[in-house]
Amino acid sequence: MEISTAVFYLVAIITVGSAIVVAFSRNIIYSAFSLLGTFAGVAGLYVFLGADFVAAVQLLIYVGGILILILFAVMLTHRISDVEITNRAAGRVPAVIITGVFLVLLLQTIRDTPWVKVKEVAYQPTTAKIGDLFLQTYLLPFELASLVLLAAMIGAVVISRKEIKE
Amino acid sequence: MILSPSELSSYLFIGAILFTLGLFSVLTRRNAISVLMGVELILNSANINYVAFSHFGSGNADGQIYAIFVIMLAAAEAAIGLAIVLAIFQLFHTIDVEAAQTLKD
Repeated sequence: MEISTAVFYLVAIITVGSAIVVAFSRNIIYSAFSLLGTFAGVAGLYVFLGADFVAAVQLLIYVGGILILILFAVMLTHRISDVEITNRAAGRVPAVIITGVFLVLLLQTIRDTPWVKVKEVAYQPTTAKIGDLFLQTYLLPFELASLVLLAAMIGAVVISRKEIKE
Repeated sequence: MILSPSELSSYLFIGAILFTLGLFSVLTRRNAISVLMGVELILNSANINYVAFSHFGSGNADGQIYAIFVIMLAAAEAAIGLAIVLAIFQLFHTIDVEAAQTLKD
């Protein structure tokens, strides 16, 4: 087995393993910290796919931003002492049936579809290409994205502040 | 099943498994923050598919652009979602999604 295949297996196992902990752990703090493994593993997959910029963005925003935000929310909304009852699950049996059927269908589709593949896959830096695309083809969505972020920021502040009743 | 870094289907397999785990989280969890974590898993699986198809399919960077937009929207979604969770916690003193049903009455 080549070394790259071994590393790929490692990254895949980390990603899926921590996602399993996220989905099944009874302790929400374990779930939140396992998200770190999932996000970092997905960043590793991006590196395997030659998407260096997306991998860096994934680490910066998901691991550095969203994960911290989730941990803050967990710490703010729980009394840390009663962790056992914080992550109850409901309706496991129908959920297992639905997701099981879904997974089988997805995996069968992926296996049986003859995917077209570009003849030669080249690894080259993508940052300059992405910058050009953002400022040419995708200029309008790019500007809209900044508006969405501004609206989300103001909305988050307005929603989560404490109401002061006169 | 044999995984290989140079096969499209192995990335799609990982994406499908992540999607299923996220869906399971969203369906079964009663804690609002855990539901949000499931949504993050689903968004990550979609991103893997975008980047994988961009790498193996067209070869240009369009898929990566979409992945970056999805990451951006996920950040906005997490900020708003967690703000709503905090507001629900202040109101009901629990974040069990079953508790927030005053709209029904």
